[in-house]
Order: sequence, then structure tokens, then C-alpha cells
Amino acid sequence: MSGFNTLFIKESLRFWKVGFQTIGAPVLTALLYLLIFSHALKNRISVYPDMEIDYLTFLVPGLAMMSLLQNAFANTSSSLAQSKMMGNIVFILLTPISHQALFAAYISAACVRGLLVAAGVVIASMFFVSVPISNIFLILFFGTCGGVILAALGLIAGIWAEKFDHIAAFQNFVILPMTFLSGVFYSVESLPPIWQIISHINPFFYLIDGFRAGFFGRPDVPIGLSICVVSMVSVFLSLGCFSLIRSGYKLRG
Amino acid sequence: MNDTALPALQIEAVSKSFGAVNALRNVSFSVPRGEFFGLLGPNGAGKTTLINSVAGLCRLDKGVIKVMGYDVSADYQSARRALGVVPQELVFDPFFTVRETLSFQSGYFGIKNNDDWIDEILAGLNLVEKAETNMRSLSGGMKRRVLVAQALVHRPPVIILDEPTAGVDVDLRKNLWLFIQKLNDEGHTIVLTTHYLEEAESLCSRIGMLKDGELVMIELTDRLLQRDKECLIRLRVKALARTGLKPLESVLPDVLRVDSNEYLIRLSSPSEIENTLRDVRELQYEIDAMETENEDLEDVFLSIMKANPDHCE
Repeated sequence: MSGFNTLFIKESLRFWKVGFQTIGAPVLTALLYLLIFSHALKNRISVYPDMEIDYLTFLVPGLAMMSLLQNAFANTSSSLAQSKMMGNIVFILLTPISHQALFAAYISAACVRGLLVAAGVVIASMFFVSVPISNIFLILFFGTCGGVILAALGLIAGIWAEKFDHIAAFQNFVILPMTFLSGVFYSVESLPPIWQIISHINPFFYLIDGFRAGFFGRPDVPIGLSICVVSMVSVFLSLGCFSLIRSGYKLRG
Repeated sequence: MNDTALPALQIEAVSKSFGAVNALRNVSFSVPRGEFFGLLGPNGAGKTTLINSVAGLCRLDKGVIKVMGYDVSADYQSARRALGVVPQELVFDPFFTVRETLSFQSGYFGIKNNDDWIDEILAGLNLVEKAETNMRSLSGGMKRRVLVAQALVHRPPVIILDEPTAGVDVDLRKNLWLFIQKLNDEGHTIVLTTHYLEEAESLCSRIGMLKDGELVMIELTDRLLQRDKECLIRLRVKALARTGLKPLESVLPDVLRVDSNEYLIRLSSPSEIENTLRDVRELQYEIDAMETENEDLEDVFLSIMKANPDHCE
């Protein structure tokens, strides 16, 4: 068994062993959002009027992607921060696992958790609403890129954090606002022009727009632009995260 | 490279500082293959920093460290394959059982199907009954055994134990040393740091002492114990005169009064015993009893550390 395989399996088992907390709870939370927001806002928000897509259906891909992003971040950040603070990170640092394998194993396990949660949200939603799938490849591409981006951000946060408060700050002051302001609950076309411009600076917007286009076949911005932005952000954050691991910053004294 | 003539551990001019604190200052020594080497020093001497540097947990400011000929920085993967480290802190992953923990540790080293060796380690460390127990449920002593097992899963030729018996009961300590001694007999190189000096004295064939980040002494244990051939005598005396007696400690050097009639006297060599006894008699004391005491490693350790007390914590 290679170092990558072992670390990937270990990181996957780590969340699987507490599946109610890491998979079940986020799916339930997303369903609660779906019920509450759809009942409260279904007659106030109009989305894609020309496509006869109701607000409940519209919400599903956004909530699935939001859950994916939050859980991919939570997996890497909590695992690394916990290992650092409990000291058991040494069991990985003492081994010959390469920097590339370490990076890839953490990111892959986080992507698996994020994609499982997103799939859970979509499947559970189908009991209440019929969700079309226009292009499965777009769904998988943006889902995977979303997982990579947030897993890399989680690793960066885990490396940087010296206490759990730092992870919570990163989560609540960076990840959550960027997720909520990316069009999860609305189409950015419905926003005033200034907020549309601000939304376009947020890379999470392209993730959600591209992911949603995979379901409805209708992006707010050209799909090629979303693919470019998301790919570039994935590569940029991955390189940054990999450099931190290779340098041993806050991992090796 | 891995030339068999190369030492198991080679430390050359290693320095490491944390801010203004110089944790290691130009430390150099080597440990031949198969040796049981003891690394001693007071708290803060730099033992753990040196071990962390060997293990790659710490980046060096200066110097080179090689494990079985492999540079821990330039050839870190080969160096880490050759090294097993038992960390000082009682750390564990709370998500997994003992067997899972050891299987993962094997996998990190790229080892498949390691169950036979894992079973042997579990048996050697009396962990068989706890194999399927979650790490959270183990006592401190059991967790310590798992740490040792984790360091051994990849059969490293060099094993470093950083205070492995701290807070461990006598039975476990005995078992652990029998197991480690067996590994040493099989050819594994062992580097041990401990605060139990009697352990170092009985197990290590050579000892290095660190103080304030500097290697102040490195010597074969036997030679160290005969160092300067100092000796201690314990005297029980009776005063012959009722008045005008001078206390022994005010007249003779290196005298410690244990109680009203008992004294501990340090002599630079056994040949001084006769002269000292004569001096005591001339001071109007009768000698009721005398015992000589040999220095143990603790005495040697304290005398070396006392040589420069400003550096001790």
C-alpha cells in the first residue's frame, strides 16, 4: 500500500466513522434550508421565468454545492488542525510520504466527503422535487473543482491555525460570507448592478453558476469563463497549499 | 548511499535556534551501527530538539544529519525509512483502534500485508488483548506501548526513544526494556533519552551529555563510571573530647554532615582514605563505622552538570 493510498483511506475513514456528523447532518441542514427558504420565498423570488423552474428546484444545486464547499473545507481544516493540536501529526511527518502524496491524499479525501454530501442533498431533494440534469460532466467538473478549492483552503487554514478559534474565524469570516454571497439562494441576474459586479469577483459564484448550469443548462455567465476562473483558482490554491506543505511552514519547527 | 561502514547516526556541526534561544550549538557526534546509545541532559538541554532534527520534525539552521548514510534533508525518504522514533509526548489518533493505527503506520511506509510483524510487536509489548480497542480507551501506559509499536512497524535499523518510560509502571518498564534489548541484540541501533539514569547506566554502552545545547561529554558508560575514580566514604563517629571539638565539615573539604554523628566525605581517590581517617582521629573523633560508596551515573551526571551551573535549568 503506498503512502498516498493509506493516508487517503485513513482520512476517508476518519469522516466515515462519524458519518452522522459528517454526512448525515449536512444533508439534513441543507434539506431544512430547502424547506424553510422555499416556503418563505417561493412567491417572492422569480428565477428563470422563461424555463418554468420553480424556486424550490432552483435552490437544490446551490444548496448541494454550498454543502460540498463547506464540508470539503471542514474535512481538511479540522483533520489537520486536530492532528497538529493533539500532536499526532508526527505519525505522518515521521514517514517517507512525499509532499505530493500528502497533499493529494488530504485533498482527495475532502473531495470525496464533499461530493458524498452534495450527492446526498440532491438525492434527498428528489423526494420533494424533480431536479433535471442537463450535463453530468459539468456537474462533476465544478463539483470536483469546488472540492479541490475548498479542501486546499482548508489545508491552508489548518496549517496556519494555532487553535480551533482560528479555524472557526476562517470558516465564519471567509468561507461562509463568500458562499452565501455567491448566488446559492438567488440568481445574480436578480441583483442590482453593483452587487452583480461584486458577485463576479467572488470565485465561489463561478463554482455555483457552473454547477447549476450542469442541472438546468443555463448559466448566468458564459460557461467557458466559469471553467477558466475555477480551473485557475484550483491550480493557484493547490500550488500555494503545496508550497506551504513542502516548506514545512508551521508543521516542522 | 548506504555503505555498511557508515555509522547508524552521523551528526555534524548541527545548530538550531528558536528566536533568541540557541537550542543546539555546533553539536557533532556519531553512533555506530548496533550501539545502544544514551543521550542525557537536564530539561531544556536540547535532547528533544536534536531528536526532532534527526527525525525531520525540525529544520536545521546549520549542519548535516545522516541516518544510515542518508541525509535527513536531501534524502529524507530513505532516511525516514531507516528510522523509528518514539516521541516523548503521549500522542494518539482518537478515531482508530490499536491494530488500525499500526496498519496505517505500516502503509505510510509503503508496507503491504504487515500483519505477521504487527502481531509479533503486539505480543512483544503485551498489547494483544488491546488490538481491537480504540486508542481513546487505553491507559497512559498502554498508549505508550502503542507509540513504541508504531515506531517499530517498518523494522527500522535505527530506533530513537525519547523518554519512553516516563510515567510508566515498573512492570511495563521491565517488559519494554527486555523488548528493546532484544531488538538491540538483533542488530538494531538504539538511541535513548531518559531521566532515569539507572536505565541509561544498565542499558547504554555509551553516553553523550547535552547541556544548554552543547555536547559536553561523550564516553563509554564503563569509563564514565570510573571517571576520576572519585569515592565517597560514610563515617559514623564519636567525639572523644567534651569541649573544643571542631565540626568535621569546618576543617575538612567536601564533607557533608548527614546527622549529628554521621558524615559523607568525597575524596578525589581511594588512596586518600587513610589520610582522611588519620585527620579525623587527630580532631579527637573516634571512628565507629565506615562505608565506602561507589559513584553511580547520577553522581557523574550531577558533577558534569555542576561544572557549569549557569547553563542548568
